[in-house]
Formats: sequence, C-alpha cells, structure tokens
Amino acid sequence: MLFLNDARFRAAFYQFVAISAVLLAGWAMYSTASANLAKQDIATGFGFLSRQAGFEISEAAIAFQSTDSVGRAILVGIANTVKVSFLAVVFGTIIGLFVGIGRLSTNPLLSRLMLAYVEVLRNVPLLLYLLLWYSLIILVFPPVKQAIQFLPGFFLSNSGLAVPAIQWQSGFYALLGAVAIGLAAASIAHAIARRRRITSGTGGSGWAMAALLLLLPIIAVWASGQVAVTWEVPELGRFRLTGGLHIRPEFVALLFGLALSLSASVAEIVRGGIQAVNRGQWEAAMALGLSRSLALRLVVLPQALRVIVPPLTNNYLSVFKNSSLAIAIGYPDLVMVSNTVMNQTGQAIETIAIFMGVYLGLSVLISVFMNWYNARVALKER
Amino acid sequence: MKRGFLALCAATAALAGVVGAAQAATIDTVKSRGKLICGVSLSTPGFAAADEKGRMEGFDADVCRAVAAAVFGDPEKVDFVLTNINTRFQALQSGEIDVLSRQTTNTFSRETSLGLDFGPTVFYDGQGLLVPKSLGVSSAKELTDAAICTLPGTTTAQNLTDFFRTIGGKFELVVFESPDENRAAFYSGRCEAISSDRSDLASIRAVANNPDDYVLLPETISKEPLAPAVRQNDSNWRDIVSWSVWMLMAAEEKGITQANVDEKLKSEDPEVQRMLGGADELGKMLGLDNKWGYNVIKAVGNYGEVFDRNLGEKTKLGMTRGPNTQWNAGGLLYAPPVR
Amino acid sequence: MTDVQALPTAAEKVARPPRRSRWREAYFGTPGNAVVTLVSGAVILLLAKLAIGWLFVDAVFDGSSEDCKQSSGACWPFLAGKLRYMLFGFYPFEEQWRPLAALILFVGSCAVSMVPRLWGRGLLLAWAFVILPLLYVLMAGGVFGLTPVPTSKWGGLPLSFTLSFVGLAFALPLGIGLALARASELPAIRVLGTGFIEIVRGVPLISILFMAAVMLPLFMPDGVTIDKLLRAQVAIILFAAAYIAEVVRGGLQDVPKGQFEAGRSLGLHYWQVMFKIVLPQALKKVIPALVGLFIAFFQDTTLVTIIGLLDFLDTVRTALRDPEWQGIAVLEGYIFAAAVYFLFSAVMGAYSRFLERHFNTSYR
Repeated sequence: MLFLNDARFRAAFYQFVAISAVLLAGWAMYSTASANLAKQDIATGFGFLSRQAGFEISEAAIAFQSTDSVGRAILVGIANTVKVSFLAVVFGTIIGLFVGIGRLSTNPLLSRLMLAYVEVLRNVPLLLYLLLWYSLIILVFPPVKQAIQFLPGFFLSNSGLAVPAIQWQSGFYALLGAVAIGLAAASIAHAIARRRRITSGTGGSGWAMAALLLLLPIIAVWASGQVAVTWEVPELGRFRLTGGLHIRPEFVALLFGLALSLSASVAEIVRGGIQAVNRGQWEAAMALGLSRSLALRLVVLPQALRVIVPPLTNNYLSVFKNSSLAIAIGYPDLVMVSNTVMNQTGQAIETIAIFMGVYLGLSVLISVFMNWYNARVALKER
Repeated sequence: MKRGFLALCAATAALAGVVGAAQAATIDTVKSRGKLICGVSLSTPGFAAADEKGRMEGFDADVCRAVAAAVFGDPEKVDFVLTNINTRFQALQSGEIDVLSRQTTNTFSRETSLGLDFGPTVFYDGQGLLVPKSLGVSSAKELTDAAICTLPGTTTAQNLTDFFRTIGGKFELVVFESPDENRAAFYSGRCEAISSDRSDLASIRAVANNPDDYVLLPETISKEPLAPAVRQNDSNWRDIVSWSVWMLMAAEEKGITQANVDEKLKSEDPEVQRMLGGADELGKMLGLDNKWGYNVIKAVGNYGEVFDRNLGEKTKLGMTRGPNTQWNAGGLLYAPPVR
Repeated sequence: MTDVQALPTAAEKVARPPRRSRWREAYFGTPGNAVVTLVSGAVILLLAKLAIGWLFVDAVFDGSSEDCKQSSGACWPFLAGKLRYMLFGFYPFEEQWRPLAALILFVGSCAVSMVPRLWGRGLLLAWAFVILPLLYVLMAGGVFGLTPVPTSKWGGLPLSFTLSFVGLAFALPLGIGLALARASELPAIRVLGTGFIEIVRGVPLISILFMAAVMLPLFMPDGVTIDKLLRAQVAIILFAAAYIAEVVRGGLQDVPKGQFEAGRSLGLHYWQVMFKIVLPQALKKVIPALVGLFIAFFQDTTLVTIIGLLDFLDTVRTALRDPEWQGIAVLEGYIFAAAVYFLFSAVMGAYSRFLERHFNTSYR
C-alpha cells in the first residue's frame, strides 16, 4: 500500500473518485429519466417554446397576447419578476435605511417602535405575509363598482389602483431626448461645482445651476408645442374600469410583502454598519460643528456603507428569489408562467431547467453588479 | 463526532424504510400492501373533502371506495393522498398513488403524453361561469371586459381565451395557484366571474356564505369528461378500475341498490346473477373475488345513490343529473354489458 | 438596569441628573425629539387601540359563525372550533393525542437541549437513539399497538417541525462536508463543492421543491417511489446544506491557518486535524448564525404548501376555507398562524442572541 502513502497519489485518487461519482450519478439519472420519458410517451426537447401559448397573462411588463409563443410568455414572466424585484429593492432599501437609523435613535420610544417593526417582520414567514396582505387588500377595499375615487380619475378598489395614463400623440422622443440632455448637462455642472469646491473651497454645491440645466431643455421642448399628450382616464364600464393604468392588487401585495421583508433585514444591516463605525468619527464630526443628522449623512453613513454593502447583496438576491412566491397570490412571475407552461405541455424537466437557469443567470448578474459597487465604496488604500 | 455520524446514518436507514419499490403489476402491490392508495383533491365539497374527523367524503372518494371494495371487499381499505393540480399526474406516474380520482378531464394529449390511461367517464362535465346575481348578467357573452378568476395549469384559461376570441371580446384573466385564493378573490368581488368545471362551480357556490347570491350561467364552453386515471400499460389494473365504475352504472340500470342488493342475489336475471357473482366466474377473470360486484354495490350503492348522496339536489351542491343519467333515460351513462 | 461592573463612582453619582430630568432629556430633549416622541407615542397608542379593540372589545367569544359575521372584531369560536385541525391536519382524529405528545416531547427536548452546559456526546446520542426514534414511533405508529399512520396523513405543526428540524439535522453534516470541500486543496473537489453551493444558493427554494415534487420521480428507476414528504424533506436538506456550508466556511476562515499547520506538524491526519482542532473552533463561532439560519428554514418550510403538503400554514388556510367560516375568519386564521410562527422564531432569535453573548464571538 505504498501508493496510498503518497500524498500526491492520494489527492489524485480522491479527485478521480469524486468526479467519477458525480459523472456516474449524472449518467444514471440521465439514462433512467430518458428511459422513463420514452416509456411513458412524455415529449422531450424545447420545441414547445415556439408553440402558440394560448393563454392570457393579466399583467405583462412587455406586450403579450395569447397568440404569442410560449417562449415570449416565459419572457414576460422574466420581465415581471425583474420589475417587482427591482421596485421591492428600491422601496425596501429606503424604508430599511430609515428604520435602521431609527433603531439607533436616542429617543427610546422611537427605537423601540422600530425594534418591534423589525421583529414582527422577521419572525413571521414571508409567504404568510403575502397571503395576509393580499387577503386584506381584497377584503378591505370595495369591489370595483363602488371604487373610491379619491382624486379625479384615480380609483381605488379591490381590483387595485387605476390612474390616468398618458398617451403620447407626438413629441415623445423629443421629450426623452430633452430629459437625456438635461441630465447630462446637470451632472456635468454638478461635477464642475464639486471639483471647484474641493480644490478652492469656494462656491456652493451648484444644485440650483444643475436643476436649471436639467429643466431648461425640457421646458424648451414643451414650449415649442411639439409635445401633445392626451390623458386616458379610467372610466367605469359595465363591470370594470376601462382605460388608464391599472396597478393590480396581486402586484401590490407582492411588492409590499417583499419590500417590507427586505426593509427589516436592511434595517438590521444598517444598524450594524453604523455601530461598526468608530465612535471617534461621530465625536470628531460633532466637534467640527456638524449636527447629528449631518454627521450621520456626511461622515458616518459613507463609512458604514463598506460594512453594509456585502450583506446587502445577499438580501437583494433573496428578494429576487423570494419574488417566486408570487405564485401563491396570482402575480404572473417567471415561476407562475413556467408552471402554467409545465401543466400545459407536461414537460416538467425542460420548464424547470429554464427557470432555474434564468434565476441562476440573473443571480450571477446581480452579484457581479453588487461586487462592482462594493469595490467602489471599499476603503481605498492610498 | 464520529458516533454522531453513525447515529445520523442509522436515522437515514430508518427513513429509507419509507422508500418502497413497487412491483410491475399494480394489483399485486395493492394486495400486498393491503390498502388502495387513491389520489383525490383537497377540500372540494361534494367530490372530495374531509369531514370534521378527517374522513374523506365525496363523489371521487366514493369511486376510490368502490375500487377498494372490488379488490378487498372492504371500502375502508383505502388511503387518500391529497394531490394538487401540479402534483396529480406525477403522483400517478411515480407510483405514489394507484388511482387518480380527482375531477380530471380525459383529453387526447393527457392520454398520449402523460404516461397514463383513463378509465370510463364518471362525470360528464363542462366548463362554465359562476357570477353573483347582483351583477345582473344572464349570459357569458355579456361578460366582455370583466375580470375572471381561474386556476392555472388546466385548460380553463385556454378555453376562456378561445371563448372570448370567438365572441370578439376581451377580458381580464386573474389566475391563482391555490383554490383558496381563487375563491376568496371571487367572493370578495376581485373578479366578476369565476370559471371552472360546472361541478366545481357548484361546489364553489355551495360553500359561499349565501349560495343563493350566485348564479351559474347557462353557457358550457368546453367538454370536460371527468374520469379516473391509472398508470399506462397495466391493463388488468385498468380493467379493475373501469369495471368498478361500470358496475356502479350497471347496478343503477338494473335497479340494484345498496339496500336491495342482498335480495337481488336471488334475482332470476342472468346478468344480475353475473354481476353479483351468482353465476359464472367473472371475478376470477379480473383476478378478484367472485363477489366483487356485490361488494362494490354493498359498499357505496349504485351510481345514482353515489351521485345523490354527494352531489344531488338534497345536498348543499344541489346538482341535477343532467347528462349524467342512464342512456335509456336520455343520458350518457352507458355501461358495457356484463357478460 | 444597572450594570454591576460599571457601578457609578461617587463623583458620577453626584453629577448624574435626577431621574426625572433624564427622562425628560430622553423624550423631550430637543424640539425634534419631542415631535418624534409625540408621533411615535401616537402610533403606539393607535396600534394598541386597534389591537385591543379587535382582540377583546369587539370580539366574539362565544357564538356561531353568524355572530362573527356581524361583528368587526376577532372571532374566537373559529379558533376554538378549528384548533385541532389547524394543529394536526388530517391526522386521524382519535389518534391526535400522538402528535400532541410528540409536539410536547419535541419542544421539551429542545428546551433542555438549549442549555449549553448539557451539550455533549450524551445529548447527541439521546437525540439520535431515544428522542428521534420515539418521535417517529409516536407519529408513524405501527409498533406497540399504535395504529400505523402514513406520512400522507401527517399535517399541521408536527409536519412543519419535522421538515425544519430533520432538515437541519441532516443538512448540518452535509453542509460541513460541503464547506470542507469548498475549502479543500484538491481542485476537483473544490470545484464540485463550490458548484453545488452556488447553484443551490442561486435559485429559489420553490424551484428546488418543484424539482423534488415534479421532476425527481422521473429520475427514479422503474418501480421505485419515494414518499412525497421525504422528497420535500430531501429538497429542504439540500437547500439548507448549501446555506449552512457558507456559514461554516465563514467560521473556517476565522480559524487561524496556524491551527491547521500546527495540527499537521504534530503528525495528525487531515481528518483528525479538522475534527479535533479546526472544526470545533469554527463551529463554536458560527453557532449563533446557525440558529439564525434555523429560524429562516423554519419559516421557509411554509413553501411546501405550494407542492401540496399540509404544513401548518396550509392547514390554517384550509381551515379558513371551511364552508362555515368562509370569508369570515380570514384575519383570525392568518394572525393565529403568524402568532405561532412569531412565538417560535422569536424564542429562537432570543436564544441566538444569548448564545452570541455566551460565546462572546461577536462584537470583536
């Protein structure tokens, strides 16, 4: 048994065994699966993607109708998933930031209230909250026929919120261009003002100038009379509100649930991040005459970001993954659409492979972006 | 630490006991297990719903009991496995259940591509629409622009889409994974209408706070023959399930009921004799006890009794027989002759 | 209130303002602070008023579903009538003392096991050879004259606990193995470990459950079937293992490399070094984080309702659908479920913080 005493041989042997075990298991699964599929006459392959979908999707972030292909239906699912996760991340982060700061308030009433907020959200399963929010929305708000019109053209009912929609007659692209030009000019102006302040210490922050540059092209385009819009106001038809923009309760419940659950985690991370900043930083900032809130904003938070960003990445990823719970409350996300496809075609393996692949791919993308951002805020050693 | 692993290994072995290997023929598995395992839906009153004490009741459940009675002579030798829309076919394919008796529509693509065989249609159904009376609608064609709640994964959504395309209207489809949310959304007015098989709608109407507030629209927008399903390529087992169902129908045709089945044993009618095991050895041909037919009827009664008990006009569902009457009364129930 | 180690000195005692003014300082120190106090106070009062009104004042304590329909408050008769179903699902009615006994035994054993002083080989053996088999026998029956109850009839809270606890018990060793694989010096093993961890962490639990429920049967050789509960359990184990592996990896990285090298230079084998030197230190550091993960898994077990298992959340939902209570007791059901989840999660959370202080691994 001389071989086994040789570390290099052992290493190679272990690796060989591990890889062959994995390959063997994979092969065994593949062969039994294909045998089973053949025996049970279950179709295989991705041909179904180009078939006509034949079902409607009530809420589509990109245009869809039942005559489109199954592949496009899945694309709609992806777009819906991305839409709700993105918005949940934005709202959740903002709420969480304030709650996290509130947790550290010197006011015991506020900090305890925020503690209760975090605890109540973290100790109850998200799925339960989604079901609860959805039930509340459809039970508390009136049916669409008795929709509450709280502003002219704004209707609130248990079928969601209907608001007037802008319809561009002309000038949409001109306006879009104007906004782009305005944004570019404003950010340049801001950068110049900032550099001047850093190098010479004089001049304001240039906010007024930036705002002016931002608005000027927009006003110019508008004033030229190129832009013509009409408002499509929701109207009560025989059953529903027709026209206008509809925000459906399924979407709201999911967004609400995801954003609140994220906000609780963000609050804890922010609190940890702020506490991790050396107390001396606070004291130094105060000694310079900064108020508590300015010290927080200008001195402590930027340093806390370094501690905050890595765990934040994980939480953003989990929002993205948790959006798959949409299936429980009827929001047509990727999993929900795939599920419909799976039941229609009976091709479970292909469908599950598609949505797992999409989740993996997008997860990697989010990680890469957050790592890039993390590198940006990381302490630059000079 | 090592001993901890040993303990875990022991526990794994214990759990692995749950893993079972099924033999090729379902009847042998069922007999050696001593129980039939039947896949049903979860709380669909009238078809399959547990009572306060967890006993499964309903039309689909009684079909399972009929099969159990045919095999074992005892309708209670059946375990019910709750399946949902996603897992029902897989449960059958994987051998987790022996029969799927779950308001399942027999279609071409299911029969050909899902690895299963359907038995005889036990309930002729069609997709309909249920609306609140207060909506003031009397036809599905008036539902243009309405929101309609459905369950996913079935052909329901597709049928609706097709229906509205033919009448040239639009509608908002609201799809729910779970029947809970689907019904809750309908009752609360999130949708104007709910669409499903008419039998299912009767059940939905029955469990509403006030069933009289809802009305089933006259249109039937699809054919939905509901049938029990078994795994493909096991013709003996399929025969047993099919003939258990046909026995129920034949018994009604011959006027055999749960109450008079003992008298009918003395009947002069040769077909009744064969059905109840008095003449010939038909049971043997199925690999069952010769009194299997007697056992089925003694256990659950004939088709009419099963229908009336679970779905009929005296129940909360209050369904009429409709097409589900005997062929000689103008219905679609036509059991092949027992000979 | 007072910290024993930081008793104020005499001078501080004098300098310290009287209690009342300290109170005023905290709540009304600055105008901004006063506003915060008033607003928070108003919010708290409002919530308290809503809660008390709903739970007690407007509540129906005795009566039928019709009474509940009329009232705007909580419906206690619903909870009373449906409690057994919500807790135990379709477990045979006459046998429901068994899951109850199992639940009490389980919670009791957990409570005892939470005392760090009792940790050791004995406790592990007790769990493996006494408690777990006893729980299994109670639930499944089949021996000692207990009627066998198939897993398809298990439901409610015992099912939720089974899924999360058994999940953790099996995922822990698997997760440790994966963490070691990921930290391995052998490239093939490292790649396999990393690949598994990253793939599982990159997809939602729901997709893994779907795989277990819908896809796995297709990968089984002819005739072999695995119980649905066991399939979901395996999915949860694999999912949990990947997350545990990441936590354990963090612990491994915190152990100085010198520990490993010292062990090896003593002539110990790789496994000996790992099990006797490195892992004990690494695991000790991550125990609070593991408890946190356990809370998450306990909550994640709710997802099995999507593949048709009757966990606690699902039994509550089906209870809500009972024709008698349909649309009447929605809030009651969900709040009851939330309260149960909150209770267990909050206790585990407090325990995690206790352990953190106990090991003093955090707040470096």
